Amino acid sequence: MNHLNNSSNHAQQGRQSQNPQRLSLINITKEYPGCIANDKITMSLAAGEIHALLGENGAGKSTLVKSIYGVVAPDQGDIFWDGRKVIIKSPSVARDLGIGMVFQHFSLFETLTVSENIELCLSKKQLTSIPDLSDKIRQLSRQYGLDIDPDRHVHSLSIGERQRVEIMRCLVQSVKLLILDEPTSVLTPQEVTNLFTVLRQLAAEGCSILFISHKLHEVTELCHHATILRGGKVIATCEPKNETSASIAKMMVGELAEQTAGYAKKQGTDTVFSVNNLSLSPLQPFGTTLKQINFQLQAGEILGIAGVAGNGQDELMSVLSGEDNRSKAETICLENQNIGRFSAGKRRKMGLAYVPEERLGRGAVPEMSLTENTLLTHSEGFVQQGLVQWKKLKDYTSQLITQYSVKCHGERSEAQSLSGGNLQKFIMGREIGQAPKVLICAHPTWGVDVGAALSIHQALLTLRDQGAAILLVSEDIDELFLLADRMAAVCDGYLSPVVQTDNTNINEIGQWMAGTFIDEEQSTMIDTSSTSPTPSQHSKKETQA
Amino acid sequence: MDIDFITQILFAAIKTGTPLLLIALGEVVCEKSGVLNLGQEGMMLMGAVVGFLAAYSTGSAGLGIFGAIFMGATMSLIFAFLVLHLNTNQVATGLALTIFGTGLSAFIGSGVVGETIQGFQPIIIPLLSDIPVIGKIFFTHDLLVYISILLAIAIAYVTNKTRIGLILKAVGENPNAANAIGINVLKVRYLAVLFGGAMAGLSGAYMSLVYTPMWIENMTSGRGWIALALVVFASWRVGNIVLGAYLFGLASIMHLVLQGMGWSISSNLLSMLPYVATVIVMVIIGADHFKEKLLAPRSLGKPFNPRQMA
Repeated sequence: MNHLNNSSNHAQQGRQSQNPQRLSLINITKEYPGCIANDKITMSLAAGEIHALLGENGAGKSTLVKSIYGVVAPDQGDIFWDGRKVIIKSPSVARDLGIGMVFQHFSLFETLTVSENIELCLSKKQLTSIPDLSDKIRQLSRQYGLDIDPDRHVHSLSIGERQRVEIMRCLVQSVKLLILDEPTSVLTPQEVTNLFTVLRQLAAEGCSILFISHKLHEVTELCHHATILRGGKVIATCEPKNETSASIAKMMVGELAEQTAGYAKKQGTDTVFSVNNLSLSPLQPFGTTLKQINFQLQAGEILGIAGVAGNGQDELMSVLSGEDNRSKAETICLENQNIGRFSAGKRRKMGLAYVPEERLGRGAVPEMSLTENTLLTHSEGFVQQGLVQWKKLKDYTSQLITQYSVKCHGERSEAQSLSGGNLQKFIMGREIGQAPKVLICAHPTWGVDVGAALSIHQALLTLRDQGAAILLVSEDIDELFLLADRMAAVCDGYLSPVVQTDNTNINEIGQWMAGTFIDEEQSTMIDTSSTSPTPSQHSKKETQA
Repeated sequence: MDIDFITQILFAAIKTGTPLLLIALGEVVCEKSGVLNLGQEGMMLMGAVVGFLAAYSTGSAGLGIFGAIFMGATMSLIFAFLVLHLNTNQVATGLALTIFGTGLSAFIGSGVVGETIQGFQPIIIPLLSDIPVIGKIFFTHDLLVYISILLAIAIAYVTNKTRIGLILKAVGENPNAANAIGINVLKVRYLAVLFGGAMAGLSGAYMSLVYTPMWIENMTSGRGWIALALVVFASWRVGNIVLGAYLFGLASIMHLVLQGMGWSISSNLLSMLPYVATVIVMVIIGADHFKEKLLAPRSLGKPFNPRQMA
């Protein structure tokens, strides 16, 4: 509580310019071929201030922080640090100044231990000033409540623990500015709360924090100031505590984002797709083992699976799509046929469509045109007697591009030339366009702007209403609540019970994402002294919930 | 089989394994940084021929060694520039380097084929060499054998115990992350490749100045390739490389041994042994994907371009 008050004092001081400016950016401009990522951006941060950097995907946030951290060299503009003009040529210069950064994709070395990872970041001078790094790490983890064992190997750590290692890496160097790039996107709600406590404590001690996020309620809860970017320009600045999520969203997207009050929920009919007692060891060395997964997917419903990244979603998706067909035939059923051993191609022919998480490389071939990428999953209808009907195929691709407002230079554009969000729209359109019986889909609107997300939502709902069974796997819990008729969560390769979305809430799902259901599940196993939970046990739970 | 015979076999196994050890030690450092250099055979041949020429014309075996090391490093510099600066494909560039080195060494060595020089004399280490059996096997070798063992110890120490080793491992595992924390990835990789080249040159010199003090076209007869297999066989661990090198050395003299024991097996068949052993080992390791992935440097063979980071 104490440091909470402290931090709001800092905010006031920052506002009254009593606190010294730690970092000032004047007219930072960075141009890439074809787009201006940063256009004359001017902003500043005071000591002890938590400052939010907001904007849609592609607004230029990442480029700006990379300029501050010395990964990208801006074309124009000046950076002032503690009132002195500096040129940050490389990350090591940034670190010498006292700037630390926690990347969205962690820059950790999995085969090294925690303390080796931290040691690598320290200069020789810093190292000699610390007599025993492991002790220092233990001391800091007590001081900030960041629970880390310095001797563990990073590959054995959970995502949340890895983030703590990244933060610890900055703390050991006693940074004066900590940059966090979407730190909460990989955390459970409970972990987010812990992170915020640490950040407030740091700010109270005078460390400035630059916080990048999409999640507006977090910004209003945590940050003193906010700078909002759109199209590479500073569109607005505000004090988040005087704003609401809606008013900030309005500034971000420019028009009032249509607030969807939730779509009508539907009840599924017959089971078309089911997973029975699926247990499988991972193909990747650091993968997650799937443990006794059971669920039924019904025609005309959307089933949402929530979970923090790396809890078995990737493994589950590749087993369901057929990329990984090592599981027993009867573990996966499509319309009463055991398809566990079928290849991905065979499953597609049976009416199973799939949108993988990794759109470039898995969802689309980067070097091929959109037309060719359409053909890859749509072979029927566009091929007659072994010959491709290019005219028909091109027309269809153009139609997809218009329908889903994919920004590109026509159907001949290479898949890799599209931005992530636009490619996502294209792939979603392509898969929905096959009118599949079952659609398995990871992160349907990842990186897609608000308007396009709405049209993807509509397309998914229409597909559902036409009687398709849809499985959504996503880290975006809000979106799942919006779309899914029934929900479950994965944690450490286990699947929670499946419940009606209307009968649960974000807290319960959040706790399931953290694995609270696993103990219950195992105790039921002991109670009934059966070898494995059967589908009937699951449905029992469903009715209880 | 009496004890003297076994002693002689083991002595010869170490002698035969030493060029493999030298070149594999260079390659493991190179691969730990994430660069796969398939040009080992070419660099080794160039080291052998230049070492021989230098020793032949100056009469100094020491100068020959330096010439060979310099040549190996120069060859690897070409490779490093192509692969690291111009981002060419590592596999294709390495193969080209081998073909280039094989041809060029035959060309510049054509004048001295069959000439002989005075090689290195064995250094009998006092006291230690008097230990029965072991003394004869380990302590009656020439200078380069002792150097190779010292180098193995030094490399094991540096890669496992020091910050330099940590940086090398980090670059090989995740160059993007290493760059982000301020490690100069290209510099580390350049140095690692250069070290690999120098060791390949030294290994070539061992062949043409010590093992058989003469130059013959293609005299390394595939040792550069065996060394590549040896690194995988040893799962990138220096201690395993020492053992593996002597084991492969033993395998390659087996045909002499068996003939000595009166078995009449074609020497052509028996000289295949090390290659067969290599294939078997690679199959065994390859069967366990899980392990292979954990042990191998993760970015092995993948280019890193700092300008593409943004």
